[in-house]
Amino acid sequence: MSDVGVIHDIGYQRYDGPRLGRRYVFGSLFAHGFRTAFGLGRGAKSKIFPWFVTGVVIVVAVVLMAIRAQTGTVVLTYLQFPQTLGLLIVLFCAVAAPELVSRDLQSGVLPLYFSRPLRPSDYGLAKLAALVAAITAIFAAGEVIMFLGAAFTVKGFGNIFDEFQDMLGGVAYSAVHALVFGSIAILVASLMKRRAVAAGALVAIFVLTTPVFGVLAVLPSTTANQLSGLVSPGTLVGGVGDWVFQEQSGAVDIGPYGPLYLAVAVALVVGCTGLLLARYRKVAKA
Amino acid sequence: MTLVATQSLSKTYGDRVTALSDLTVSVEPGIVGLVGANGAGKSTLIKILLGLLPPTSGQVRVLGLDPTTDAAEVRARVGYLPENDCLPPDLSAAELVTHLGRMSGLPRTAARERASEALRHVGLYEERYRQVGGYSTGMKQRVKLAQALVHDPDLLLLDEPTNGLDPAGREAMLALIQRIGTDFGISVVVCSHLLGEVERICDHLVAIDAGRLLRSDNITAMTKTTDVLVVEVSEGTDDLAGRLAGLHLPVSREGRALLVPLEDDGTYDRILTAVAELDLPLHRLDQRRHRVAELFSDREVANV
Repeated sequence: MSDVGVIHDIGYQRYDGPRLGRRYVFGSLFAHGFRTAFGLGRGAKSKIFPWFVTGVVIVVAVVLMAIRAQTGTVVLTYLQFPQTLGLLIVLFCAVAAPELVSRDLQSGVLPLYFSRPLRPSDYGLAKLAALVAAITAIFAAGEVIMFLGAAFTVKGFGNIFDEFQDMLGGVAYSAVHALVFGSIAILVASLMKRRAVAAGALVAIFVLTTPVFGVLAVLPSTTANQLSGLVSPGTLVGGVGDWVFQEQSGAVDIGPYGPLYLAVAVALVVGCTGLLLARYRKVAKA
Repeated sequence: MTLVATQSLSKTYGDRVTALSDLTVSVEPGIVGLVGANGAGKSTLIKILLGLLPPTSGQVRVLGLDPTTDAAEVRARVGYLPENDCLPPDLSAAELVTHLGRMSGLPRTAARERASEALRHVGLYEERYRQVGGYSTGMKQRVKLAQALVHDPDLLLLDEPTNGLDPAGREAMLALIQRIGTDFGISVVVCSHLLGEVERICDHLVAIDAGRLLRSDNITAMTKTTDVLVVEVSEGTDDLAGRLAGLHLPVSREGRALLVPLEDDGTYDRILTAVAELDLPLHRLDQRRHRVAELFSDREVANV
């Protein structure tokens, strides 16, 4: 029994276990990013804003549900829900995107990522996917609450199923919002080291385009009015929703330009993602 | 198997800046020192070895793989310690190293276990749940080493691992690197601008300057024939130099010290006798291997 209490240094041991591939690494980074967007695994300060936004969305959803249950009035449809709460998406992007990408630039941790099998483009895409998923998840949670309330209000299975389909449309529309806002946000934040600067720049981009839209919207030209929504992310997505879902959000009068709104939105997402990938290819070489 | 081999490797940025020029070098597994002044092209070479930068021309092989085409496979088998600060301050060492282990493809549990092991090997086991921001420079360097080790690489690329460390920290880091190279069975390429530091732990030394290969050799071959005696007296250095020259010893000066090649044991006695006869206060007399630094001073002389 002479071994009792003796700590043996077993020395260095080689690793013979599995080394998982690209999908696992991407998934791990995505999951890590998704947690980071909500401040999980970070200090208490990082949790304030994401959970404030989440809390407001949930509270609004609960109030909408209660109103519908009490009076039967639908104050906001599933489609109007993300559109009306667009400012919260801006706020969430301005906080989460710098947290996801700017802090990695600031701390210089990227060489540790890019010296691993992870591709620089996968890094950018995983971060973008994490932000888009986080925004979608928040609004999907709100819409699920609205649906659960509605499911107890409407009568008949067919009506519940219609309601469910409406909810899915709302979630899809939330995802469109998340894609447009998220791709801009991640791109801008990936260019800036300092989180506060990146957050400011994001709010500026999202908010300052609104007056441009405002001016175009009142010009004495119907064409200019109908195209005015293209200049601001919020009204751009509103226009897409109006055309795709035949919704009258009131965000913008798109006239006959629905397809153009969709094309611009797609081009914006593709363009931002392309620039994001180019950005990280460059960073990896630096 | 050859650890790292390059053939006529060149890298230019734009038209003007040449980082590497026609570099042909081949090293066997072991501890390899890569030395050169700042801007000699060491970091560029490392980035090419990692497949992060494409070479302008020439071939390169790492562990028998071509990093320009099989970058992911090379990186899976290589651990890299960058020169600059690279640690997020608000994560604990355990979290960071675990996360990076997963980025190398280790499953969740294995990543956590190996992160603990790696941190234990670098001597941070007790502190591993503290936030990195509160670590000293020496501890941060150890975390950087641990993250390079977490996925059990076959080759470690260490870019200036002793940067910013105090003398005791340097000693500890060098001892650790030596242990990794010998006991752990992992080959190491250590970059440094301080020759005296790496030559102590290396089997092989590659010296580059302005992107060109200066010399690549086994450390023993490099230093075997060039042991010198360093003599320092508090006063009368010139008198002693004259006296030693008179004894047909090829004496040279380095600052306040005199350098005399150690030809045989008799050299000691002749110097001591000369000092005693001149009645000079002897400050220092010791043997040292001819520092590889002279590889560089030779070149500088040639350039003048």
